[in-house]
Amino acid sequence: MNAPQNFDRGGRERLVVIGNGMAGCRAVEEVLARDPDRYDITIFGAEPRVNYNRIMLSPVLAGEKQFDDIVINPPEWYAANDITLISGDPVERIDRERQTVVAASGRVEPYDRLIIATGSDPFIIPVPGKDLPGVVTFRDLDDVNKMLAAADAGGDAVVIGGGLLGLEAAHGLSLRGMKVTVVHLMPTLMERQLDEAAGWLLKEELERRGQTILTGADTEAILERNGHVAGVRLKDGRDISADLVVMAVGIRPNTLLAKSAGVEVERGIVVDDHMVTSDPAILAVGECVQHRGTCYGLVAPLWEMCRALADFLCESPTGYSGSVTSTKLKVSGIDLFSAGDFSGSDGSEDIVMRDASRGIYKRVVVRDNRVIGAVLYGDTGEGSWYFDLLKKGEDISDVREALIFGQAFAMGGALADPNAAVAALSDEAEICGCNGVSKGQVVACIEGGAYSLDAVRSTCKASASCGSCTGLVESLLALTLGAEVKSGPKTMCKCTSFTHDDVRRLILEKQLRAIPQVMQELHWTTPDGCASCRPALNYYLLCAWPGEYEDDQKSRFVNERLHANIQKDGTYSVVPRMWGGLTNPKELRAIADAAEKYGARTVKVTGGQRIDLFGIHKEDLPAIWADLNAAGMVSGHAYGKALRTVKTCVGSEWCRFGTQDSTGLGVKIEHATWGSWMPHKFKIAVSGCPRNCAEATIKDFGIICVDSGYELHVGGNGGIHLRGTDLLCKVETEEQAMEMCGAFIQLYREEAHYLERTAPWIERVGIESVRQRLADAEEVRKLAARFRLSQKYSQHDPWAERAGGKRADLHAHIAQVRPLQMEPAE
Amino acid sequence: MIGKWLDIGPVTQIEPGTARTLPVEGGEEIAVFRTMNGDCYALVNKCPHKQGPLSQGIVHGAVVTCPLHNWNISLMTGEALGDDKGCVPTIPLKVDGGRIFLLREAVLGRQAAPQAA
Ligand SMILES: Cc1cc2nc3c(=O)[nH]c(=O)nc-3n(C[C@H](O)[C@H](O)[C@H](O)COP(=O)(O)OP(=O)(O)OC[C@H]3O[C@@H](n4cnc5c(N)ncnc54)[C@H](O)[C@@H]3O)c2cc1C
Ligand code: HEM
Ligand code: SF4
Ligand code: FES
Repeated sequence: MNAPQNFDRGGRERLVVIGNGMAGCRAVEEVLARDPDRYDITIFGAEPRVNYNRIMLSPVLAGEKQFDDIVINPPEWYAANDITLISGDPVERIDRERQTVVAASGRVEPYDRLIIATGSDPFIIPVPGKDLPGVVTFRDLDDVNKMLAAADAGGDAVVIGGGLLGLEAAHGLSLRGMKVTVVHLMPTLMERQLDEAAGWLLKEELERRGQTILTGADTEAILERNGHVAGVRLKDGRDISADLVVMAVGIRPNTLLAKSAGVEVERGIVVDDHMVTSDPAILAVGECVQHRGTCYGLVAPLWEMCRALADFLCESPTGYSGSVTSTKLKVSGIDLFSAGDFSGSDGSEDIVMRDASRGIYKRVVVRDNRVIGAVLYGDTGEGSWYFDLLKKGEDISDVREALIFGQAFAMGGALADPNAAVAALSDEAEICGCNGVSKGQVVACIEGGAYSLDAVRSTCKASASCGSCTGLVESLLALTLGAEVKSGPKTMCKCTSFTHDDVRRLILEKQLRAIPQVMQELHWTTPDGCASCRPALNYYLLCAWPGEYEDDQKSRFVNERLHANIQKDGTYSVVPRMWGGLTNPKELRAIADAAEKYGARTVKVTGGQRIDLFGIHKEDLPAIWADLNAAGMVSGHAYGKALRTVKTCVGSEWCRFGTQDSTGLGVKIEHATWGSWMPHKFKIAVSGCPRNCAEATIKDFGIICVDSGYELHVGGNGGIHLRGTDLLCKVETEEQAMEMCGAFIQLYREEAHYLERTAPWIERVGIESVRQRLADAEEVRKLAARFRLSQKYSQHDPWAERAGGKRADLHAHIAQVRPLQMEPAE
Repeated sequence: MIGKWLDIGPVTQIEPGTARTLPVEGGEEIAVFRTMNGDCYALVNKCPHKQGPLSQGIVHGAVVTCPLHNWNISLMTGEALGDDKGCVPTIPLKVDGGRIFLLREAVLGRQAAPQAA
């Protein structure tokens, strides 16, 4: 070996460590614990200070700790163990030939064994302004000091990145008195660790504490004023002012030294199970390594790596086989835990418990009778138990039913069966916390004749408020009645125990304004619903909060998302609106041109008095819409749970029997009602006399003109179960007919279940009740006013918006593959 | 350079809870999904039932509901869930440095045999 000999070292091997951080020092501690005299140790640290606990920088920023509190190894430790610490002098080069490292100061240190523990670097998003003064990262004490200096001056802070680090930075800065905005690219905070439901709770809580949380927000640039950061511009055009910008969007293993020395590097420095790199004299440990394809960003794996590394260096190799990690957020007052896999994978089953009154969400993911993941919010007491089950891969079939209630409950032997557990409760035990109902009271109420969940709810109020005790009440029903339990009214879908009516009522009562909020407050048993409840909730919220609720496109069926009807071959059909069935040469010419230009294979006149172009490809939709828009036509909503058409006859203008201007009235009604979203499709017709050429008596709302005025009919439809309309009432003027039409539509919008057409709705509630409601002039006025208000926000032609480029991603391919080449689409 | 993995662009091009399509010339179109919590999967864009375009379905958990007749298809295995039987091929996918990569041989392997002119 040609490395220089150093006789002072008593012949000991020279161990050099690059990185005076958490892994580097822990590795040294582990080696010393096994064999204190074996190595002559030198540690290089880029930071000009001793080793400290990096994860505690968050409490330092928040003012809960001082730097002195978080030092792991003081100078005396280095001295006592005869370790040379070279701090503030980063290593610049590794010379593998000579087995030396060269530091920035020019200092050269020879090694027999080298440990690289350089950690990771914060990822800086490459936007204009990223290097401005006032833009900081969150990695070491210097960063914290910069943030503290900025906080002293006060003002606004923007934290880019809503992950663990970003949120801890935001919390600290906000405690230090800054006005903080978190800008997060994804729709869910901490999306790597949290599912949508827990992310939503976290967001609510942080907003309650005064932070502004912008999700789905993409940074375009960092703005400058007088050479200092002044704000952040988002891609959607919003500017947020800032005196301090913290970038916390992720980390990257710091592999520079290893890479330039020719050591094998992929995402991190590649190591084997003994933490040895491709060069047998060089080991690596901590966040900078990649072990079996994985890079870690948490401390727990480091401890295990350091043990394996020390075992190897002291000649009793054991090997490291990877880590399962769990996360907790260090923000005081917020309890949050996540571990393992909760992506809802195949064959896995979710066990979800929500308790809205206490702000608790717990989800344990089970596959093949083993816990594979857990997300806990609000009550993390059981986190360690679930994590333990997860790491051990223990079979949980014995405790499965009671798993979600926690260890004490689940492990209570005979109590594992939830019914048995409930049977074992004393009569005084409280079942319903909201209404203070004991087990004895519930049982008495059941014995008194309340044989269903609903009956119990209405008799003794148990489970009638937040619903979190529904399971317990059901157990009591089963125990008390044996097999006699009557099933309650149909629930909305398998994700909830509430009915459509319950959900609609509670949305208004509890002022619920977003899908995840409904799911949390109403104890949904699935993390993000299913294809039945998502579109229904989207509609209920849209109807409850007009102009306020932002339509969730991903909760809509494809036809409504793409504003066209999908056909069985995957192409789409396009139906422009023809007001009251009227058209003109200009429109017909534009339709003919479009049919040719976009290769419409079939052109058909629909039953709704307009023209349907079939066989249009998804990518061509915005272009064909633009062409039709240019000729003055808008979407016919032939694809939507919405107003479809207003069919008319020619009426008094041409027909010898005509009593009123049925065509004109139809056109007016279509202009007033188009664009409205409904529980299901909605069709209107106006006939000029009782001969009824427009077939108004099989429509959702049909008008038959008579000499003395207008007969208004409701609740008809064609289809498999043909149903003729019921007469609602008779009015004298067009204005009254229009007002009643709006009122009826609004009543239907507010009270029918999603996917229930007017016919089954009226059969369910009875025509009498509808007649009664609409016999009250005041009620009619109010309903019609609410309909007009909601129309204010819904009468935008969706085609024009899309043709103008809105949501282009829904229409374009992400990329295209041609043999041997790739063409990115954007 | 031809790598093992085909880079099809940044993950941010797919809104969580939705999917986008990747046509393959002479082959079968692929649907690339991103779930609500950000995981990505790729399947052939054809429902095992009657070839419905799965990319246009509603995504919940790691499942997509076909827009044509509401079959539920697992994004991880491509299998129909519940009582329905059938399976659609999956394409191995990885996300690295914020970009989506598909296994090249799986993408091209799905190319139809060259057709006689
Ligand atoms: C604010 C904050 C909060 C965190 N909270 C948690 C938490 O709650 N739970 C959790 O598990 N993890 C948390 N982490 C992550 C945890 O701190 C890291 O996983 C851990 O510190 C990694 O240890 P390491 O030794 O690999 O890297 P580091 O601790 O970063 O050590 C690397 C050291 O190497 C030095 N170095 C780099 N290059 C050179 C060079 N060329 N020459 C000399 N020295 C060099 C660096 O200056 C640094 O001191 C947090 C991190 C931060 C920043
Ligand atoms: C996916 C399924 C369906 C598609 C794609 C579809 C499509 C259409 C379209 C495009 C029209 C023309 C309407 C217009 O101009 O706006 C229409 C008309 C009609 N549809 Fe359907 N429809 C479907 C299912 C049904 C069902 C289930 C029923 C019965 C309940 C039904 C009953 C009718 C009737 C009666 C008409 C004539 C309407 C009129 O005369 O105004 N359709 N359909
Ligand atoms: S419904 Fe009466 S007015 Fe209208 S076209 Fe027929 S016959 Fe004429
Ligand atoms: S084609 Fe997918 S369910 Fe029928």
